[in-house]
Amino acid sequence: MQTLVDVKEVYSTEGLSLWYDKKQALKDVNVSIFEKQVTAIIGPSGCGKSTFLKTLNRMVELEPKITIKGRISYRGNNLYDKHYPVEQLRHRVGMVFQKANPFPKSIYNNIAFGPRLRGIKNKQLLNEIVERSLKQAALWDEVRDKLNQDANRLSGGQQQRLCLARCLAVDPDVILMDEPTSALDPIATAKVEELVHQLKQQYSIIIVTHNMEQAKRVSDQTAFFLNGELIEQRKTSELFAKPFHKETADYISGRFG
Amino acid sequence: MTLNKGSLFSMSDEPAVSTQDRLRKRRQNINVLFRRDSELRGKLAIYFGAILIILATVSLTLFLVWQGLRLFLFDGVNPLHFIFSNDWNPGDSAHPTYGAFPMIFGSFAITFLSALIATPISIGTALFMSEISRKWGNKALRPVIEILVGIPSVVYGLIGLTLIIPFIAHHGGGIGYGLLPGMIVVGLMIMPTITSIAADALQSIPQELKSASYALGATRWQTIYKVIIPAALPSLLTAVVLGMARAFGEALAVQMVIGNVTDIPHSMVNPAATLTTIITLHMGNTTSGSAFNHALWSLGLILLIMSYIFILIIRYLSRRSKVL
Repeated sequence: MQTLVDVKEVYSTEGLSLWYDKKQALKDVNVSIFEKQVTAIIGPSGCGKSTFLKTLNRMVELEPKITIKGRISYRGNNLYDKHYPVEQLRHRVGMVFQKANPFPKSIYNNIAFGPRLRGIKNKQLLNEIVERSLKQAALWDEVRDKLNQDANRLSGGQQQRLCLARCLAVDPDVILMDEPTSALDPIATAKVEELVHQLKQQYSIIIVTHNMEQAKRVSDQTAFFLNGELIEQRKTSELFAKPFHKETADYISGRFG
Repeated sequence: MTLNKGSLFSMSDEPAVSTQDRLRKRRQNINVLFRRDSELRGKLAIYFGAILIILATVSLTLFLVWQGLRLFLFDGVNPLHFIFSNDWNPGDSAHPTYGAFPMIFGSFAITFLSALIATPISIGTALFMSEISRKWGNKALRPVIEILVGIPSVVYGLIGLTLIIPFIAHHGGGIGYGLLPGMIVVGLMIMPTITSIAADALQSIPQELKSASYALGATRWQTIYKVIIPAALPSLLTAVVLGMARAFGEALAVQMVIGNVTDIPHSMVNPAATLTTIITLHMGNTTSGSAFNHALWSLGLILLIMSYIFILIIRYLSRRSKVL
């Protein structure tokens, strides 16, 4: 950790525990997420990695009957403070979901959705935002002539990049990705990974993935979750080269999960 | 399979065949017969039902068209006069006149006015059921709405007659009869129809869309009016049109509160009439084959045409929702 002294923390959690009704999904998780890095979260199904991701923008609160204990700091402020403005948080923390979920609107209106929520009505400014976001998501060249077309007519890979562009349009600080390529073919996956690589120049990215090769390819930091516990979190290269824990070694060598 | 097993069992275990076994065997034979035929019989029953329904619809339409056109074919009434004129007096033996515009106007007025009051309340209730409190909505509100759908229209009419009309009359609304009580009574009647269809439409909006909206920092209200309502709009419109179709066809409850005067009403509390109320009012009193009777059939024909138009609108709307 010595090398990371000059890197800023975006998120840090202290003793984070979470229950769905009576079932505990996260157990005493302590994680640090660093600025302008890609943090991969790996672990077998049901280990709590998606749940953890959803605590970071408080989307987990939409589930019924949850209990949260512990502390999550985002840029120094406790997220689960009662007075923390959750809508503002979600303007700063974008999210890309497992399944591409464009609105049944035109491509243009999908991208402009976030900026409009923040009160941007200027047509010129919206046009600029739409173009910039689509360029950032490497989709501009494919859709520039059909911005008014229904977004659901795009291919699966294009839809996922549209969702990425949609969350870039509000100029976020952090991007959360919940297995963004699990429904995509290898070519579309490669495009998204390439984007992640470029975007980390400007954004802090947290990506949940099933695919360990993907974690190796795209991330700087990797956190390994098992049964709701954080087993270890280190630099990706170190974690995959010589994991501290036996469970990590077993998982990354494919012995379970 | 089980039958075969049974027969094997009885044969191997009991060489002496008892009466009971013989009976059982016979029943198996009958069952086998039944099964071989059941495919064909099922098919016949289904086809018969389907053809019967188509035949009934076609013959009903043809019959009503024929009956409805008699006024124009045999009694020399100009269809344009019938639709656009105000002089409805077919009972006059010397100079009967057949201008049905007041009833057409009344039907449309009741339909749109009742939809106007029912739609916001219904969509609001449906949003409550699907977005605000799904559990409470499905446990408590849905049964209540099903009960409201099941209440006979005459009960709604009675309530209007005994509660709403005296209330309107007491508060300076003339004798109380007219479009206003009609709109309230019919609005109340179509509210559960619109609500239940709209609630189904809203509940079928995928969770992923809502998540996408919340994750972009939208509040619940922003999510409702920027994502959920636009996505469900074709189905919501279908719900409203279905409600309007019901309002257009409603006879009994309207008849009890509207006053049944065949003039264009000057205000919401002047007595008026609709197509259905005039038909139910006079159908029993006219001799079949008379021009008056034919005129009532012509009113029925207008109702039929309108219900066909409502169906066309609904089909158009639901086709559009599939494209989206």
